[in-house]
Amino acid sequence: MSNELIQTNTAKLTTAFATALVVADTQIHDDLAYNSIKEWDSTAHMLLIAELENVFNVMLDTDDIIDMSSVAKAKVILSKYGVSF
Amino acid sequence: MISKTPVSLITGASRGIGRAAALKLAQTGHELILIARDLIALEQVQADCQALGALVSIYAVDLTDRDAVTALFRQIHTALQDKALSHLVHCAGQMQDSLLAMTRLTDMDKLMALNVGATVQLCQLASKLMLRHKTGHLLLLSSKVAEAGSAGQAVYAATKGAVSALVKSLAKELGPTGIRVNAVAPGFIETDLTAHYSEEKKQQLMAQISLRRLGQADEVAAAIGFLCSTDAGYITGHILAVDGGFSV
Repeated sequence: MSNELIQTNTAKLTTAFATALVVADTQIHDDLAYNSIKEWDSTAHMLLIAELENVFNVMLDTDDIIDMSSVAKAKVILSKYGVSF
Repeated sequence: MISKTPVSLITGASRGIGRAAALKLAQTGHELILIARDLIALEQVQADCQALGALVSIYAVDLTDRDAVTALFRQIHTALQDKALSHLVHCAGQMQDSLLAMTRLTDMDKLMALNVGATVQLCQLASKLMLRHKTGHLLLLSSKVAEAGSAGQAVYAATKGAVSALVKSLAKELGPTGIRVNAVAPGFIETDLTAHYSEEKKQQLMAQISLRRLGQADEVAAAIGFLCSTDAGYITGHILAVDGGFSV
């Protein structure tokens, strides 16, 4: 996997999080966790899942949606669907 | 350019209320995704809707097969590309007439799997497609018996009661994301589900209905057509009785 593609996926992930949570890109980092900021509530989590599915053209399993508790975890889960970071 | 044509997915589309809903929405300019188990009957409904000018795709799926339903939505996701799924019209369902003491628990499980389990899964998958566009509409089929009860149909009524509860809860949960959730609650409609009723039973039922007649699938489809129109854009969490006054 090329570094360029990995960087692109990381940028896409950051943008997807920022779009769904309606926060600045600079607020998106690996340690950012579900419910740790008011913008990442349960409603935003649903929008985030939809955004990630759309951006990476995947359909996440319910268990993965439940497990997606942080940005770092999102990367791990998306890796299972062939998206590299 | 974003297409303004609403895209509606209809389950149970091969006959009865589902078929009537397909024809109604075809008439009003919807693009249709039709689902049922019976491919041959589905192909006929597809042809009928296409004759009305609708773009129609069909999928033969058993909705109690959860893996197949998930796979179906992967296909639909790909087929939709950037288009939004506007409406899920979930008409597939089964009726069961049996007294409590004569209800096999295995039959109950089957009924729950279709009328409740499949409904939850369809709402889950369809709402995910809708969330991407922050708009959409889940329209389920409840029943008059969900509210009023019906001797000899306790389990069926319980499954439809679950659907009504689902509508109220999902309307609250999904409203903030722009998704409406409603149901129609038919009374006694002349479809395959009620075809086995004797003439005597039909007469007894009609005596309890304010309009003194059984309903037709087209009449339920008309209510579905309204709830799937822009005129109903501010209606959510509503269960619309289409029962000739049976619940009055």
